[in-house]
Amino acid sequence: MLDRAQVLHVARLAKLELDDEEVERMAAELSKVLDHVDRIRELNLDDVPPTSHVVDITSVLREDVPIPCLPREAVLAAAPEPVDGGFGVPSPGASAQ
Amino acid sequence: MTDLIELTAADAAARVRAREIEPGELFHAYRERAAANELNAFTWVADGAPEGSPGVDTALGGVPIAVKDLFCTEGVPSQAGSRILEGYRPPYTATVVGKLSAAGAPLLGKTNQDEFAMGSSNENSAFGPVLNPWDRGRVPGGSSGGSAAAVAAGLAPWAIGTDTGGSIRQPASLCGIVGVKPTYGACSRYGMIAFASSLDQAGPLTRNVTDAALLLSQMVGHDPLDSTSLEFPGPIELPRAEDLRGIRLGVPEDLLGGAGIEPGVRSSFEATLALAEGLGAIVEPCRLPHAPHALSAYYLIAPAEASANLARYDGVRYGLRVDGDADLDRMYSHTRAVGFGAEVKRRVMLGTYALSSGYYDAYYGTAQKVRTKIAEDFASAFERFDFVVTPTSPWTAFELGAKTDDPLAMYMNDFCTVPMSLAGIAGISIPSGLSDGLPVGFQLAGPAFSEARLLDAAHALELAIGFDGSVIRR
Repeated sequence: MLDRAQVLHVARLAKLELDDEEVERMAAELSKVLDHVDRIRELNLDDVPPTSHVVDITSVLREDVPIPCLPREAVLAAAPEPVDGGFGVPSPGASAQ
Repeated sequence: MTDLIELTAADAAARVRAREIEPGELFHAYRERAAANELNAFTWVADGAPEGSPGVDTALGGVPIAVKDLFCTEGVPSQAGSRILEGYRPPYTATVVGKLSAAGAPLLGKTNQDEFAMGSSNENSAFGPVLNPWDRGRVPGGSSGGSAAAVAAGLAPWAIGTDTGGSIRQPASLCGIVGVKPTYGACSRYGMIAFASSLDQAGPLTRNVTDAALLLSQMVGHDPLDSTSLEFPGPIELPRAEDLRGIRLGVPEDLLGGAGIEPGVRSSFEATLALAEGLGAIVEPCRLPHAPHALSAYYLIAPAEASANLARYDGVRYGLRVDGDADLDRMYSHTRAVGFGAEVKRRVMLGTYALSSGYYDAYYGTAQKVRTKIAEDFASAFERFDFVVTPTSPWTAFELGAKTDDPLAMYMNDFCTVPMSLAGIAGISIPSGLSDGLPVGFQLAGPAFSEARLLDAAHALELAIGFDGSVIRR
């Protein structure tokens, strides 16, 4: 079961502002889903290796040769605040502490 | 015009190559239907085929294609059904879309979807739900619901979508068309807006199995820009099989028992098994003992990966920014609060929790072990059987709003499709008939890279079933 404080903690980790009503609803809905998925903890999985990848892939590195990348202006075209050829962000301000 | 619309995509391509129809004429006929958009299936429709589109003598013969919104297409809105990407026009094109265009399928339009492919009903789109052409009061399934509805209603000759836990197969089932979830790694994921990277796969949604094979044959292959993509072993030919002699089909009763399958779906499934036996197949029960736990493992793994993938939507590089005058942290969390819909928030929260300190082993780690067991179950089933078969969805298309208040009930849509996704194997859904006037889907799943055999078997079954979807294209 997730309580209000846990929901707020996870929301902070996820950088997601939730209003009071969302916190209540999230606690109830996530608890219900977690109750269901908790059933997998009843399985005996002691010596089972976790899946890291579903198909066998070995070396996938390409030759270390430079290839052209997107032009800077094309990339910045969708940015909310392009500044001096880069991405502008607000000051970290109080949240930096 | 109606004649053109009635041609399957493969037939239309052949007629174009034979100089019997003009590709421009075909594009125009579909463009008009797509632009009317009565089902809200499209989020953007092209004015015409792009200048310099490859000519008539191509594999796909100029037959236009509808593309799920989450495939990046240069200069064209690519919003993944989300407000946080509203108006986003990427500076590059997804590999799969580029390959199809080079093979002669110009972009007809972008199709509506559940936000970031999270959903089974298309009701999670920021741009409104798609309606099922068989009954406009019902959902088309999801998340590739726009692609499925567009193909079923003849608004597009064919389409592509993505499948993470059933997002191609389930809407194909609910709309009465064919949908293929290829083996993980068969198609490049480059330029696909990511949901769960270890599960996402692009695939075709088409009117019949032949169209699916033709489209898939041009989608697969290694891409230097996706290190998880692989060279596809051998060509994918157009399917020819008309019988199933010697083919062994396994029916996983331990999965089906927990799925809550509707009686009408069950009887269509049984009838299809009888048809398969009539075609020479051997149908026997098979064991997938861990498959009933697939849904639980999936709803830990997929949200965990999603929570990491969606960290990129932070109001800095593209898309929405809210409260740009506040400090950085508030800008991040307000942008995400306004930009994401309820289901996306739910999954980001679930995934963040499953990955958080103190819970990682209990949830994510355990789920990845279950995944290993599910893959082992399939591997032993495929020692005895060629394919595992199930109903694609436990039920037919449900009414709009019927499951929106109960996330867990909505997740049950994926019960029979997530095991294959977790194992990374190939699956296909074909229409097996109607139940109370609504389409039912039949799923065949085969080992990794068994697509050619799978399409052949599906083709033989399709001939025997004789499903007629033309009634809703008129």
